[in-house]
Amino acid sequence: MYQFNKKQIANHHSGPHKGPHTHENQTTALHTVKSGTREIKVVRRVLDVNDQMADQNRQLFAKHGVFVLNVMSSPGSGKTTTLVKTLSKIVPEIQCAVIVGDICTTNDADRLAISGVPVVQVNTDEFGGDCHLAAHVIEKALGGINLHGIQLLIVENVGNLVCPAEFDIGEDARVVILSVTEGEDKPLKYPLMFRECDAAILNKIDLLPYLDYDASEAVENIRQIHPDMPVFEMSAKTEAGMAPWLDWLRHQLNTKISDH
Amino acid sequence: MHEMGIALQIIEIAAASIPKSDVPVQVETVNLKVGKLAAIVPESLRFCFEIAAKESPLSGAALHIEEVPIQARCKDCEAQWTIDKPVFKCQVCDSGSLDIISGRELNIESIEIADEGSE
Repeated sequence: MYQFNKKQIANHHSGPHKGPHTHENQTTALHTVKSGTREIKVVRRVLDVNDQMADQNRQLFAKHGVFVLNVMSSPGSGKTTTLVKTLSKIVPEIQCAVIVGDICTTNDADRLAISGVPVVQVNTDEFGGDCHLAAHVIEKALGGINLHGIQLLIVENVGNLVCPAEFDIGEDARVVILSVTEGEDKPLKYPLMFRECDAAILNKIDLLPYLDYDASEAVENIRQIHPDMPVFEMSAKTEAGMAPWLDWLRHQLNTKISDH
Repeated sequence: MHEMGIALQIIEIAAASIPKSDVPVQVETVNLKVGKLAAIVPESLRFCFEIAAKESPLSGAALHIEEVPIQARCKDCEAQWTIDKPVFKCQVCDSGSLDIISGRELNIESIEIADEGSE
């Protein structure tokens, strides 16, 4: 979906999707393609408007030195629990804020607010019931957050393994959460998501004794799609295995802040 | 799932590309390039486009979708190949370090309009 240049693909961690976008509408008459019609060259990315807004967001985040994490998964994989537990470990050491997207309800925002960090709930039904958070939605949500002093902005995307992977929101890193109650083959079924992310969490490992689930197969499938991506096997509920995830997050954050 | 939003963007961009004219311009075709790695279902996109194009300058236009295969190049051994199953490892040296050189496209390439005077 994104117009990568080679360097960007080569360095996936330098920040996603800073693609050279064709902002100008290059309309030039070309040639007659078939009798009675004339072809007019356009050559624009369909998501150009989103990408421009994402770039604006990215510049705003850079200005404030905010590291932005886009968290994506299918519904029910444990995004909110993972974030509540993550916040409980890193706040107040790290100043955080959260934008959470759902089609309806403020349930997730209520759960996250217990962490004491600023939380903005986006209900996408106002935006046509979208299955993802687009860059302009984030831009609007930022009106409810004072970025001054914030080091980490977490965006909990709408639960969906397809569409959110398509939309750059100006984030620095993307994380996908897969839980062991979903099929081991999910990474193979949703390659774009697993290809696009910078880290994966395999969640709910506390349930493994009760399930007919092959965690190593799930990890292997993730590696098949994205060989170099770190995979954190953990349980947000019991907090087992959380330390490597938190270390990764701190490292990402520190890298951006030291660059700032 | 988001094909309607994509269809609306296509219509907006394509409509802005129609040359200014005193007479109504009929857009016959909108040519798209869609990478195989883009999470777009062509049938779904066509369906949404047809509905969304009604009452727009694109009414009656056909959507021509050229699917672009996923091409990868190994960063270690420089082998280049087409990815046709969900395995993103070098076929030659098994390296996981690769560049995706095509397959992510979602571009409007051109529009085709009825040529005045030819009919």
